[in-house]
Amino acid sequence: MPFNRKDLLGLQDLDKKEIQTIIDSVKPFKSLFTRSIKKAPALVGKTVVNLFYEPSTRTRTSFEIAAKRLSADVVNIATATSSIVKGESLIDTGKTLEAMKADIIIIRHSLAGSPEILAKNLNASIINAGDGFHEHPTQGLLDLYTIYEKKKKIEGLKILLVGDILHSRVAKSNIWALTKMGAKLRVAGPPTLIPKNITDLGVEVFYDLDEAIKGVDVVNILRIQMERQQENLFPSVHEYVELYQVTSERLANAKPDVLIMHPGPMNRGIEISSSVADSTSAVINEQVTNGIAVRMAVLYLLAAARTKQGKKHVNTN
Amino acid sequence: MADINKKIILDSKHIQLSITKLAKDILSKNIDISEIAIVGIQTRGVYLAKRLLKELLSIKKIDIEIPFGILDITLYRDDLGEMGADIPTIKDTNIPFDINAKNIILVDDVLYTGRTIRCALDVLKDYGRPKSIQLAVLIDRGYRELPIQANFVGLSYYTKEQVCVELTEVDGQDVAYCCD
Amino acid sequence: MSIQIKNIRIIDPLTKTDKIGDIFIEKGKIVSKLSQVPSKVIDGKNKIAVPGLIDIHSHLREPGQEEKETIATGTRSACKGGITTVFCMPNTKPVTDNAPSVEYILMKSQKEGKVNVFPIGCITKNSQGEELAEIGILKKAGIVAVSDDGLPVNNSQIMRRALEYTKMFSIPVIAHCEDKELSKNGVMNAGKNSMILGLRGIPNQSEEIMVARDIMLSELTAGHLHIAHVSTAGSVELVRQAKKKGLSVTCETCPHYFSLTDDAVKTYDTNYKMNPPLRRQEDVDAIKEGLADGTIDCIATDHAPHTFEDKNKEFDLAPFGIIGFETLLSLVLNELVDKKVLSLQDAIAKMTINPAKIFSLKQRGTLSVGSIADITIIDTEYNYEYKKEDILSKSKNSPFIGRKFKGGAVITIVGGKIAWSKKDGIIN
Repeated sequence: MPFNRKDLLGLQDLDKKEIQTIIDSVKPFKSLFTRSIKKAPALVGKTVVNLFYEPSTRTRTSFEIAAKRLSADVVNIATATSSIVKGESLIDTGKTLEAMKADIIIIRHSLAGSPEILAKNLNASIINAGDGFHEHPTQGLLDLYTIYEKKKKIEGLKILLVGDILHSRVAKSNIWALTKMGAKLRVAGPPTLIPKNITDLGVEVFYDLDEAIKGVDVVNILRIQMERQQENLFPSVHEYVELYQVTSERLANAKPDVLIMHPGPMNRGIEISSSVADSTSAVINEQVTNGIAVRMAVLYLLAAARTKQGKKHVNTN
Repeated sequence: MADINKKIILDSKHIQLSITKLAKDILSKNIDISEIAIVGIQTRGVYLAKRLLKELLSIKKIDIEIPFGILDITLYRDDLGEMGADIPTIKDTNIPFDINAKNIILVDDVLYTGRTIRCALDVLKDYGRPKSIQLAVLIDRGYRELPIQANFVGLSYYTKEQVCVELTEVDGQDVAYCCD
Repeated sequence: MSIQIKNIRIIDPLTKTDKIGDIFIEKGKIVSKLSQVPSKVIDGKNKIAVPGLIDIHSHLREPGQEEKETIATGTRSACKGGITTVFCMPNTKPVTDNAPSVEYILMKSQKEGKVNVFPIGCITKNSQGEELAEIGILKKAGIVAVSDDGLPVNNSQIMRRALEYTKMFSIPVIAHCEDKELSKNGVMNAGKNSMILGLRGIPNQSEEIMVARDIMLSELTAGHLHIAHVSTAGSVELVRQAKKKGLSVTCETCPHYFSLTDDAVKTYDTNYKMNPPLRRQEDVDAIKEGLADGTIDCIATDHAPHTFEDKNKEFDLAPFGIIGFETLLSLVLNELVDKKVLSLQDAIAKMTINPAKIFSLKQRGTLSVGSIADITIIDTEYNYEYKKEDILSKSKNSPFIGRKFKGGAVITIVGGKIAWSKKDGIIN
């Protein structure tokens, strides 16, 4: 399989073939979930560290379960309980973990480019679990896989991202992956939350959600952060709901088999109405399940590509 | 098409004869056919297993459903990280029946070091606790690295040379030859 | 000590000289002929003598941040770059808003410096932008200009007063033009690249709004405004219009603003993080146009040393700034002269006579007889790679490490003495 990378830092770096390789690898991992023993020994003896500088429950748990289902040893480090609060630099923290023989470090950080710094300074494989407003590659991949699983293709699909595009690493990773795989991307939100240059990435910009939603195959709804209101990026939640909440009425203009996605955690009644969140079109829980399988695939591929010792794959009948 | 210089071990006729032999041997050891299930190892073991299943039913001349599964060992290999850039494709594992209390006939094309079978046993272990696991292979080429033995062998052909099996379903023809 | 430089191409922008000849130096001055046999003769064949370069924008970090740079190391670095005079910005610790601070810098420079050091004083007390500093006293102590560099003077009334008040001392107010609200949390140019990298952007308008305001205030007061580190096409145009109107407005740019674009930030390399940030190609082109048509008067380094530890961090956390002394001349030669943006004469003018005139430096910036013998000897055929281990600055935060240059300084003469040569290095 064509995948030979030390790190997964973003989907901007991956070509179509590599993305396809990851997507093609997911199913066997997902099939483990239906067994009573949901584990395989692929990563036995490997040490995986979850280094989270930002609070996160679902992504961290998802990575932890993924690594554990591959029999890796998993260590979780959160900011509040580590020497990070004692002022240790990111690179030193990374080097300490490497000295403890961590094979794979999964990093979540509020500052863009942090995973890249670790990748440059360490031999361990680095997986970006979300860095600032930059990228969240495994979320992008799991969104892509979920769409692929349901629609059996990506090419030609009309996919809409709604909400705060400006501050969204999820949006960024989705755009990179989906446009590479041939989808037609739209974004909708207030101009203050859509970067001016987003059209350079080949997406179409809408300020009117009703226009944007017409004929789409997928609506991916982004979480709106309340603090954006304090930055005057929109006047009030009340107005945001009025203009951009995805409701059943609005979805009437989408394709009948539209998929509703949300990276979570949801603000019900704000960016998404409860009726939409609980509708049969919603695949939000499947995203969570797929997230584990996608992360298993990523962990496996990185671990396999990791120690290149020039040994050829020998047949071991 | 195999190179004419290649040493043919089994031609298509003898592959068929071997499958028939395997089927007969399996039936002689498994009186109660209702307890057996067949699991093929990806990739060519799966096609062999399918033929074996057909053969079993035609010999027995009965029309019962013998449970059938496929199994990929990739995630159970112990040489991850030593494979370099050549990462083997992970294929499907699908065992859609309860393996507990079944006599599992595990099928592969060539038995050599025994490592693949070791992986396959680990896979099965994670699905449950079968009554027994029996191994059927088309060719046993010897030179084991683990204490593993086949219960049913089509042809014993001890060689250090690589042995390749081609099957019509994937390769367009039935043949087994030395392919070093 | 007397020196004769023989058969050298002499370029002096003040007198528009460009001829082969000899230069005579005696008692620290350029003279028409020597009174005795020269104690040293320099063969100037295939070399060019220009007035010693004057860098009007640098951070020597002393006092207070000696781990980044000192007057001793900074001036050695300048010397190697062919620079004979540096202005140092007042954002030291403590800031240079009082006479003792100015005296300290001058005293240290006398003792340990290798080139002339002229301090710049604060516009406002503690550079807080709230009350004018004692500019008259600072001037007496030896400053050549005032600036709150690193910070804009947000309050228009204070900026107006500064421009008015400095008129009596005939020193310019150097403005760091930035609308801090527009650039809030920004770490690189706002645009496609900042969007892709997920870094907060600093729009061109953050600079231009303040450039426009300060030009208007200069018009209101007739005070001398000098705009520091111009980086955008819009700023160039605003200055161009101001000059057309005949306002007392001058400005500078830095080598990185005509050599690099924000494409360089792609790998989160903090050696590409400076303020103002690297802009787009359109801006680079406009900067070059501004240099060519005379809108931009000076080229200065904004030499801003930072330690490895300071810079080896997350992009958001690393400080702004790069070192520049040792790459100034080569970048000007390769990016402007070789690419025919400026003639050699005009390029040299922007680092010699123009700054000397703007900041009223007497007997500097020219090779005329009677002026101070600050001379830079250039070899345009000197090919070299800019290597980290060769840097004399205490800090190594340069985006140009690894770049191959053609042409640079080979001898630097300060006050009639050879201070550095390619052959012998720093000469004590």
